[in-house]
Amino acid sequence: MSSQVIEILQEKRLRSQKSDNPFVARSHYARLNKFRDNSFKIVGIISTLFGLAVLGYFLIDIFIDGVSRINWDFLTSLPSRKAEKAGILPAWTGSAWILGLTTLIALPLGVAAGIYFEEYAKKNRFNHLLEVNIANLAGVPSIIYGILGLEVFVRIMGFGETLLSGAFTLALLILPIIIVATREAIKAVPNTLREASYGLGASKWQTIKWQVLPAASGGILTGTILALSRAVGETAPLIVIGALAYVPFVPSSPMDSFTVLPMQIFNWTSRPQAAFLVNAAAAIIILLVITFILNGIAIYLRNKWQKKLI
Amino acid sequence: MAKETYMMASEFVLNKSRSSELIIPNTKLETDVVAQSIKIESGRQLADIKISSKNLNVYYGDNHVLKNINMSIASNSITAFIGPSGCGKSTYLRVFNRMNDLIDSFNMNGKVEVDGFDIYDKSVETDELRKKIGMVFQKPNPFPKSIYENVAYGLKIQGIKKKSVLDDAVEKSLKQAALWEEVKSDLKKSALALSGGQQQRLCIARTLAVEPSVILMDEPTSALDPIASAKIEDLMTELKDQYTIIVVTHNMQQASRVSDYTAFFYMGDLIEFSDTKSMFLNPKKERTQNYITGRFG
Repeated sequence: MSSQVIEILQEKRLRSQKSDNPFVARSHYARLNKFRDNSFKIVGIISTLFGLAVLGYFLIDIFIDGVSRINWDFLTSLPSRKAEKAGILPAWTGSAWILGLTTLIALPLGVAAGIYFEEYAKKNRFNHLLEVNIANLAGVPSIIYGILGLEVFVRIMGFGETLLSGAFTLALLILPIIIVATREAIKAVPNTLREASYGLGASKWQTIKWQVLPAASGGILTGTILALSRAVGETAPLIVIGALAYVPFVPSSPMDSFTVLPMQIFNWTSRPQAAFLVNAAAAIIILLVITFILNGIAIYLRNKWQKKLI
Repeated sequence: MAKETYMMASEFVLNKSRSSELIIPNTKLETDVVAQSIKIESGRQLADIKISSKNLNVYYGDNHVLKNINMSIASNSITAFIGPSGCGKSTYLRVFNRMNDLIDSFNMNGKVEVDGFDIYDKSVETDELRKKIGMVFQKPNPFPKSIYENVAYGLKIQGIKKKSVLDDAVEKSLKQAALWEEVKSDLKKSALALSGGQQQRLCIARTLAVEPSVILMDEPTSALDPIASAKIEDLMTELKDQYTIIVVTHNMQQASRVSDYTAFFYMGDLIEFSDTKSMFLNPKKERTQNYITGRFG
């Protein structure tokens, strides 16, 4: 340390000589630093609580309004003009259909594309362009996907305003998320595992099938489930492709017209009668429960997967 | 058989030999020349040449990592590759089972032959090659599966499904790798629950199950403690009767203990290659001397 630095430090120390202990922060600068440390901690806590408090207020409000309305009849009744008799059977079965069909469509496509990018694609400019664009697709507003779905699936491919069109549209919406999740999961598979497999004479596909995919499956599933929990809450694209607000039957095939929970909620909240608002609150609770369960499964799988690799 | 390859190899060996009587007229059959020259140098009975490379150059992109390597490796022996990090010894090892093919920027020219067959011929399938030329890696890398599944994997991917065949192969391979006694009671246990040394012997067993004729070992003991390392070294000595073993090592004592031949690489050049005894007792190049005595590298 140069003598000049020592001088400055000593001078600062002398300014407030309260303790003999040389490790006590004495200089103005050191105390300012400590103050900044503490104040950022408080800012951080407030930021965290802000989001949680708003969510908490919302949850409590909804819960108070809606929980007494939830019973078996509510889950198993068709919608009705009378709020007390109305139920969400078509809505939640429609959501379940959409979830199932979307998974069937998006999962194989997304995983296959992810595998291609990580294991087969050469690192050239064209593939880089593809990668960037897939990342961009994840940011396209969902209503745009709805318009695309309306044109491609409802009209050109002739699926009509059906579950199938809805599922294909939502599959497009979550495909980029699944591709990115698959790629990250495959990247995390240690290369030593691939080398071991190749070293024994395994082909590329055998290595992917028996080593890479099993090791990456936790990450892929986690990403897929998180994507699905986004899809289950989507309303805008389904409105555009023609999901109905009033469906007095349970869909029984992919070619049926349908409604979903968010649509039902939207419909009820736009009614003037207070009793329908209670119904909406109850339906929101059901939708939140579905989302939390999906997220819970995703977290469980992620933890299980992390343990396995270590 | 590529006569030229053997000639190059023999020249290399001859150039380094101390006595002039080793210069044998070119008219003689080349295989004999090599066999004789190595035999004279090592003073032990010598089998055939297993692997040879001729004018081998390897590039990673613009990086010239192996420069004109001419070398013959005797079968049923242990050959050690030594040299400082980045000298190309691991790359050279991975030339023999075409593991380098997995790297995008890899490029090479020259000829590499195993049992006289060009392994870089267009018709060669790397999968088939790697079944014959096994590899053990630096860090034990068992599959995150059971011990049984680890050993059976190499056979299962060849379409062998019969349980009795797999059972026999697993037992035989684990016995060969001196691991059977420790794991026979619980073959369903996860391979990741084994110790590092056991894992590495499992990786050797896994390689043996496919019945290769060559085993490439890339610093097989660098992640292990001395006791586990000693077990691997004993195992190598036992296995060399049936297999040709090539081992890359940073451990000079290990090279001198286990290997029959040693090759010293430096900056992509093969500096010296001879039988281990003369390499360590009487190196011909100053650079070799400096390296094995620990003056650099």
